Amino acid sequence: MHTEASIEQPRVHYLNADYGWKSWLFTTDHKRIGILYLVSITLFFFLGGFFAALVRLELATPAGDLVSSETYNKLFSMHGIIMIFFFLIPSIPAVLGNFLVPLMIGARDVAFPRLNLLSWYLFNLGGLFMLYAVLHGGVDTGWTFYTPYSSNFANTNVVATIAAIFIAGFSSILTGLNFIVTIHSMRAPGMTWFRLPLFIWALYATSIIQVLGTPVVAITLTLVAAERLLHLGVFDPAYGGDPILFQHLFWFYSHPAVYIMVLPSMGVVSELVATFTRKNVYGYKFVAFSSMAIAVFGFLVWGHHMFVSGQSVYAGMVFSFLSYAVAIPSAIKVFNWTATLHKASVSYQTPMLYAFGFIGLFTIGGLTGLFVAALGVDIHVTDTYFVIAHFHYIMVGGAVMGYLGGLHYWWPKISGRMYPEGWAKLSALIVFVGFNLTFFPQFLLGYMGMPRRYHAYPPEFQVLNVMSSAGATILGVGYILPMIYLIWSMRYGPKASANPWPSTGLEWQTSSPPPTENFGDTPVMNVEPYDFPTLASGRNRAQLGSEPRPA
Amino acid sequence: MWVFLVTEIMFFGALFTSYIVYRSLHSFAFAEASRQLDITLGTINTAVLISSSFTMATAVYYAQTGKKRMIIVFLALTILLGLVFIGIKVYEYYQKYVEHFVPGSSFSFPAPYAREAEMFFTLYFAMTGLHALHMIVGVGLLTWLVIFAERGRFTPAYHSPVELTGLYWHFVDIIWIFLYPLLYLIGRHLE
Repeated sequence: MHTEASIEQPRVHYLNADYGWKSWLFTTDHKRIGILYLVSITLFFFLGGFFAALVRLELATPAGDLVSSETYNKLFSMHGIIMIFFFLIPSIPAVLGNFLVPLMIGARDVAFPRLNLLSWYLFNLGGLFMLYAVLHGGVDTGWTFYTPYSSNFANTNVVATIAAIFIAGFSSILTGLNFIVTIHSMRAPGMTWFRLPLFIWALYATSIIQVLGTPVVAITLTLVAAERLLHLGVFDPAYGGDPILFQHLFWFYSHPAVYIMVLPSMGVVSELVATFTRKNVYGYKFVAFSSMAIAVFGFLVWGHHMFVSGQSVYAGMVFSFLSYAVAIPSAIKVFNWTATLHKASVSYQTPMLYAFGFIGLFTIGGLTGLFVAALGVDIHVTDTYFVIAHFHYIMVGGAVMGYLGGLHYWWPKISGRMYPEGWAKLSALIVFVGFNLTFFPQFLLGYMGMPRRYHAYPPEFQVLNVMSSAGATILGVGYILPMIYLIWSMRYGPKASANPWPSTGLEWQTSSPPPTENFGDTPVMNVEPYDFPTLASGRNRAQLGSEPRPA
Repeated sequence: MWVFLVTEIMFFGALFTSYIVYRSLHSFAFAEASRQLDITLGTINTAVLISSSFTMATAVYYAQTGKKRMIIVFLALTILLGLVFIGIKVYEYYQKYVEHFVPGSSFSFPAPYAREAEMFFTLYFAMTGLHALHMIVGVGLLTWLVIFAERGRFTPAYHSPVELTGLYWHFVDIIWIFLYPLLYLIGRHLE
């Protein structure tokens, strides 16, 4: 570790190049846009968390005594909609992805910097519609907007919410499009496809899903809005419509959306495992291609959300089989990470703790995913807390763990400061304990038959529910702590060197924080990815412009 | 741009899927309702749009060879054809309004297919409406190109805006090529 005095940071970098508010709101610098996204989604994370807290508070007692059942419907709906569309989907791609994609492939910026800024504005415009819906009495359809309830019966702000998702969806499409073009066309010399960091592979797969899936949900929800506003009957059986068609179209996006949330996290974990074991990830190509496989299979499994909807049994069998098939690339990743750990000297720093958390929780979430993908078992646990626990293990245990791990790992690069290691380890531990205490009891509750989306329950379920609510409190502390100490570290944290861990990616070859133009000279990638032996031998690996350019 | 067009295909894809499902559920009603559309106007519009694709392609050719005058002429022709298309579409919408085929409270259609026909017209307006919206955006883009071409911005070395707008225009055209038989012609094959 370097001492503070020996660390050289550039005098002018992207954070202090210009201070005025215009230099932020009209910036086209991908790093600043990443920070803007960080601010936006953090606000939505705590808003969604606030609704979750109210839900858990209500469920602390069996009787529905804190809020009415109507209010409760709104609480879980707004929790789901905000967390999914305004936090999880943009979280890693829009914050870490925006910051890192150009840095990791050795580019100066993304392919379309102005489009990038536009996508942030679209996201916030969508966010404003969402806030309007929340402040004007909320929305109570659940995040799934199932027809005919959402189209004919709900008396809440369905149209405003749909507008919010439609607009934010376009921000997601534009980000995905930008990344695909950037990764295709702006790689540094020598950065071949199989020298790309695994995080980039994961984001590439994610972007494909965003570009293919989001427009479908956008037009589907628009039809619901049109049905409400103009009294049409697109999904209304009275007009010859079919509510089940809505479910098909909705899940065609919304199942792949789960992979939008978890694939980037898997990419982060691949980076963390490599850095903190100082080894190349075992089976690089398999991990890279498993990301693509998950993206492709992800589009073919939507029907497993509809086993009890009355779709044909044969369709159910095919969807069940395909859902099992997704487990293969997911398992490849988990096994390859653990194989990388084998006989490695692991350093247990905070990001690695989150990576361990991810691997453990994702494994539980994935295995219970097999339970619900089985036709017979699913009929027993459909719409119970078993499903709730399963997808929270994937989305919170998986996606959020990866997000926090990545945020800590790249924090020195983003802010130029180290976070306080002791506090960070403590909060990683708190998050892990709090998470398991919150959601493991829900597996048991669901298996015993407690249905989701009710604000009251029989008294015999109380012990497990109290455990879950207590766990949620601990989890909340675990989320607030990082926010406090990360902000604190921006001013008081020790200065970070260019490559503090150290790691091999191109993003660590430039200073911390990077200059506005990222690299002095265009970097040349002349070694394989995750080449730790060369790094350890002290030779300057990816030469920054000082090596003769390949012809 | 290609990636963006893929997004657009998925965007229309959901509508096409809905159409296919409901068409197979209510094939006779859809055929009956389809017969109420004005085949003459639909066919003229198809011809207009295909011609506009030709003028667009010609404009791209002149952008590649750097003939400023000809770029502007063919872009303007494309805009003109686009406006003719939109104009005819508006007139068709007006006809439908007069004939009470606009879905909603004033909709009327002879039994026994009233409800299903309303569904057909809902999809008709959703699909052609979304298509017309894309046409309007396209005309806007073309106008912007004319202004830039007038200022002499496009050279054989730099003309990608013309090419990309061309791609977009052809895409919108192709969507119509699918819409036309699905909406206008399905009634005819049962006669």
